[in-house]
Amino acid sequence: MPKIIVDGQTLEVSQGENVLQACLNAGLDLPYFCWHPAMGSIGSCRQCALVQYQNEHDTHGRLIMGCMTAVTDGARFSMDTSNAVEFRKAVIESLMLNHPHDCPVCAEGGECHLQDMTVMVKHRDRRYTGKKNTHRNQYLGPLIHHEMNRCITCYRCERFYQNYAGGTDLGAQASRDRLYFGRQTDGVLESEFSGNLVEVCPTGVFTDKPFLADYSRKWDLQSAPSICGGCGVGCNIAPGERYGRLKRVHNRYNHEVNGYFICDRGRFGNAYVNSQKRLNYPGLQMPDGRFKAIDHQAALSRAAHWMKNKRVVGIGSPRASIESNYVLQTWLGAKQFCAGFSEREGALTCGIVEILQATRAINPSIKQMESADAVLVLGEDLTNSAPRVALALRQAVRNKSIAMAEQIGIPEWQDAAVRNLAQDALSPLIIVSSAATRLDDIASHVHTLAPNDIANFGDVLIEHLRGNISEDVDIINIADCLMTAKSPLIISGVSLLERGILDSAAGLAETLYDHNPHTMLSLCAPEANSIGAAMLSHTDNLSLAQITERASDIDVLVVLENDLTRRLDPTSMQQLIASGTTIIALDILENETLNHATLALPAASFAESQGTLINMEGRAQRFFPAFKPAHERQPSWQWLLHLAALDGHGELSKIIHFDEIVHACAQQHSPLARLTEVAPDHSFRRHGQKIPRQTPRYSGRTAMSADLSVHEPQQPKDLETPLAFSMEGVNQNQPAALKSFVWSPGWNSNQAIQKFQAETQKPSVGVSSGIRLLISSGKGIPHTSTDRTAFAQSNGWQLIPIQCLHGSEELSAYTDEIAELAGDPFVALTESCALELQVAAGDGVILSSNNVNLSLAVKIVARMAKNCIGFSAGYTQTLSLSAGSHVQLQRDPNWRPFKPLVIASDRRPNAQLRHNRHG
Amino acid sequence: MEKVLTRNIGTHTSPVDLKAYEANDGYRGLRKALTQLSPQDCQSMVKNSNLRGRGGAGFPTGIKWSFVPQGDARTPGHTYLVCNADEMEPGAFKDRLLMEYDPHQLIEGMLLSAYSIGADIAYIFIRGEYAVAIRRLRDAIAECYANGYLGKHILNSQFSLELHVHPSAGRYICGEETALINALEGKRANPRAKPPFPQVSGLWGRPTIVNNVETLCNIPHIIDRGPEWFNTLGVGEDSGTKLFGVSGRVNNPGCWELPMGTPIRDIIENHAGGMKSGFQLKGFLPGGGSTDFLVADHLDLAMDYNVIGAAGSRMGTGTLIILDDRTCPVGMVLNLIQFFAQESCGFCTPCRDGLPWTRHVLESLESGAGQPEDLETLAYQVKYIGAIGNTHCALAPGAMEPLQSAMKYFYDDFEQHITTAQCPYRLGRGA
Ligand SMILES: Cc1cc2nc3c(=O)[nH]c(=O)nc-3n(C[C@H](O)[C@H](O)[C@H](O)COP(=O)(O)O)c2cc1C
Ligand code: SF4
Ligand code: SF4
Ligand code: SF4
Ligand code: FES
Repeated sequence: MPKIIVDGQTLEVSQGENVLQACLNAGLDLPYFCWHPAMGSIGSCRQCALVQYQNEHDTHGRLIMGCMTAVTDGARFSMDTSNAVEFRKAVIESLMLNHPHDCPVCAEGGECHLQDMTVMVKHRDRRYTGKKNTHRNQYLGPLIHHEMNRCITCYRCERFYQNYAGGTDLGAQASRDRLYFGRQTDGVLESEFSGNLVEVCPTGVFTDKPFLADYSRKWDLQSAPSICGGCGVGCNIAPGERYGRLKRVHNRYNHEVNGYFICDRGRFGNAYVNSQKRLNYPGLQMPDGRFKAIDHQAALSRAAHWMKNKRVVGIGSPRASIESNYVLQTWLGAKQFCAGFSEREGALTCGIVEILQATRAINPSIKQMESADAVLVLGEDLTNSAPRVALALRQAVRNKSIAMAEQIGIPEWQDAAVRNLAQDALSPLIIVSSAATRLDDIASHVHTLAPNDIANFGDVLIEHLRGNISEDVDIINIADCLMTAKSPLIISGVSLLERGILDSAAGLAETLYDHNPHTMLSLCAPEANSIGAAMLSHTDNLSLAQITERASDIDVLVVLENDLTRRLDPTSMQQLIASGTTIIALDILENETLNHATLALPAASFAESQGTLINMEGRAQRFFPAFKPAHERQPSWQWLLHLAALDGHGELSKIIHFDEIVHACAQQHSPLARLTEVAPDHSFRRHGQKIPRQTPRYSGRTAMSADLSVHEPQQPKDLETPLAFSMEGVNQNQPAALKSFVWSPGWNSNQAIQKFQAETQKPSVGVSSGIRLLISSGKGIPHTSTDRTAFAQSNGWQLIPIQCLHGSEELSAYTDEIAELAGDPFVALTESCALELQVAAGDGVILSSNNVNLSLAVKIVARMAKNCIGFSAGYTQTLSLSAGSHVQLQRDPNWRPFKPLVIASDRRPNAQLRHNRHG
Repeated sequence: MEKVLTRNIGTHTSPVDLKAYEANDGYRGLRKALTQLSPQDCQSMVKNSNLRGRGGAGFPTGIKWSFVPQGDARTPGHTYLVCNADEMEPGAFKDRLLMEYDPHQLIEGMLLSAYSIGADIAYIFIRGEYAVAIRRLRDAIAECYANGYLGKHILNSQFSLELHVHPSAGRYICGEETALINALEGKRANPRAKPPFPQVSGLWGRPTIVNNVETLCNIPHIIDRGPEWFNTLGVGEDSGTKLFGVSGRVNNPGCWELPMGTPIRDIIENHAGGMKSGFQLKGFLPGGGSTDFLVADHLDLAMDYNVIGAAGSRMGTGTLIILDDRTCPVGMVLNLIQFFAQESCGFCTPCRDGLPWTRHVLESLESGAGQPEDLETLAYQVKYIGAIGNTHCALAPGAMEPLQSAMKYFYDDFEQHITTAQCPYRLGRGA
């Protein structure tokens, strides 16, 4: 390891890193702006200056930028020499010339990197007496607020938005001290990752708009380590609460999963926690169909009464925690339990688990995917189905350029130099899908095929790799890319509900593995705990079809966090309702299933409860409550423990605490044996104390509820976790899984994370969070060449589900901003297809088949498999549509776009004010 | 003295066309190279000629060329030659003369340079306002394509070259070679960090040489007549001839080809005709708007890179701007700073925000609102913005050169602005 000397102190540094990284890793406070640990250096802000000396006799030295200087063994630097100190101060003074100093009204205040750096260099008095430059702000949609005057021109936003995330509609404009970062015209930001601007921007230019409308300072937020439930990726998040409301969600660094970035669904879609549609009290359905609120004792005794000596069946949920599912299944027994998947989804998700338990290929973490130098995506629009994975692939395709740079000695962190050298050279990304995807722009090959043809395509590729040489040049090319790669990655999922695609992805990975043991195989699961639910499932379990077919044999049906209208076709749902079964439904938000329940029980959301989720890789991660559930809400596992006890379940009636569920589950399900290690249990202490959820500066504790009582309430106790609902405790050196917020003296912004990393970009101190529970036996998957029939031309259009970041996921769609962005349910057509139907974007069509008739918006897409059309998957209005079925289309002359009553971003009625509100 | 670069200029009122150029030994150097010399031979000749870049930095051209990887180990692809014809330096107008009146000389220079470094595509990146030069270059290029001097198999050799004229969208920073490359690629004209140098990773990430117009115009003569001959042209340390220009209150402002090393006094007094009557020389910028002031004491220095460098300034483009005794030095510096602040690309902090701050301080001085601490602020800014390496490119240090030297030589003027709360030179106005 090379050593460098900084102000007389010898630092052991890593080969190839830059001096800024080296200093930060050594715990030195060297200020910076434009450098970002995940995006490297460009040298624009000039903030990270040091003086470099040629040798020990050189007393004069030369000013250099730490972020632009590679470490070399024996190199000598000074941070403290007056030349460097004065220069860094001058840079801040210059950055401040035009800065409005509006910290009191700025959403960044209190967690602002600019504030931190200004204090760090001790800049105080301004000498500039001129006027400040001002800018006009833009309307950027419901998620991001724009305040250009605060910009310090570090270029981070542009670099994240365009270079890192592939966006095209935001960037640097104009020049000199008139630089402007925004869109060409006002409009909704197009990127699925726009929310990261909030954290990437070191000042208050881009701020979280919904948060701004319901604002608290960072130091006033109570936070807990949490996991996003938006999809199967399982990004780590830090929800922040005050006054019982989820105020905002920030990224929480997990080296293996999300690193520094999450998607907009994860950041903004979790606000359903504050929805008016939340259940507050148990509700008993009255004969007139309305619900009467009852207290929880009454609810439980009702339920006990119904269940007495009756057949009770439980339906679990792929979006509920392992613990809740476990309690339900243990209580009622595997034979009276259904995992809660739809028929097709269940088979596919269990298929994923089987494949990942057997494959010899590497099942990569999201971080590992970034190392792939050739990627084949089968049947997924990852940006919409597993967004953070798509962001990782955007980095993976850059491996070619990094390799080119390495050849001529340019380090990877020399970001602009690497990009200039490689230009548009990318590692191969092959996308075989039924419709256009949001990674098409970086793909080397795109193929548009109907779902079963995608599987066939994979099979032909397998055969070719096994020596049955194909004559198809595309197959030959693609095979070449995969065979010559050092770390090829095959990635697929269940979006198209086609089992064949999973099998051919697995087969491909196995075949490639024969040539290359670095082959990776990743399969995307749709929901936050799909894999967990599948791992808990048992062959004795009932299927949803079995339940609906014989619903009348069931006396009481307990439904755990599952809206069955999303899993069942309308006829089966009708059948279930008509059976007269008593339904007890636990859920977070109002939904169709609850409307048919006899008893609705209010479940705590992820932000008010704890549990374990298993992500697509098979990584179990724990989320903790940020605040106590209000009203009569309880975590589902708690409701279920009560019910089980009342039902006389011997074992479960002895369980009181969450940790006991974890232990029991780990003991009973051998694949889940390490569940206890996912995070420390409630007894964990640091220096004998709990870990605080509130910052040391948390204010107003004595005054917050003064409107109700002038006596300071006791802080809520937390018996279930090692975290405290207060600022008391020790927030030091705890495992990453227990880090509620990041803060370090002098580092109030999210950049404080580097203080908790052994090295920037490396795992946080202590164990990195999460434990892999899905481990492959490595015995491989025997290849069965299924003879799939090619897509049969039939009467009508084949329906292809189109996943949408905003709209397809159940819970996030309850967030106003997400609903606004989701827009109308749609049919996706190609231009030529639209021409044939004589419709254009913005028109409507009637989609009809035997039992459905829907009027939907027309959306034009760049590519779509022959004889196929897409539909917005997961939208409540299109739940009745079944992927793969055939439908007729016809122009709807009466169609009008749906106008939301409330514009989420304005938080006021839709008065079409938008266009003139910026004048 | 023998005219070299301007031998076709001045005798015709219109530019020489291909015929006239050929008639005066034009393209003789090219024919010689393609038939008798290897690219390596040409490179050695240029190296031995001691030709230094005429774009401002004076970097030895032959050495610059030698950094282009030979027999490129990387994926095969293009090598580029770019002619820097942006010429937006305040006070510079020499490249314009060469392009407007002898476009074929530049084209021949580019052909030979491309041949020497193995380039197959070349661009002339030219200041957008140079409409006449653009038209004449395009006409000349068309003649060359029609007559086998450009395109495939030039003069039936194995050598091929495509040559394009690219008018700049118009920013001073586009003259900085890496910003120029970004601009050519259609990107924002921000300079690139070096290393990697363009010779290794330039236009489209490929090996690229950027040379000034005047530098390139020397090449045909060096190849045609040899480096030894070229070395005899200078009267001082440096080789060759140079276009020197003078602007300001002199009797005969203009641009002349003179030997390298010509004394400054000779240029100002003989060629530029001396100061206009009633005006005294107070100082001058020897090499354009981004070089340090020199004063009357320096008049006998030779215009050689190292001589001017040792005196505390730079040869720059060799175009002198004269400050007379009735023009306010603070006002002149303000004028220049205004230009540089406006032309800052906005990439790095000291330049983007520091120059407008400097401008503001100078404006207060000029308007009589200056405060004693303003002089400290200016000195501080010179230190903070002016040092090479403090900023991302050389624009900002260049911008600071006139200011720092004005404060050295004309400090009294700065002080008077403050003590009298007005610009002392304004009094004399209107007279
Ligand atoms: C701000 C700035 C502007 C420049 N403008 C020009 C220009 O207009 N023309 C030019 O030839 N060189 C200009 N240069 C110098 C070039 O960067 C480069 O050094 C030159 O083109 C190299 O050519 P040479 O080696 O033939 O001198 C400029 C440099 C800077 C920093
Ligand atoms: S908007 Fe923010 S991120 Fe973008 S350049 Fe300005 S300060 Fe940097
Ligand atoms: S990628 Fe998935 S898990 Fe990550 S933030 Fe987005 S929705 Fe949440
Ligand atoms: S010094 Fe910086 S801001 Fe100025 S032109 Fe160069 S790169 Fe741009
Ligand atoms: S952080 Fe090093 S120059 Fe900006």
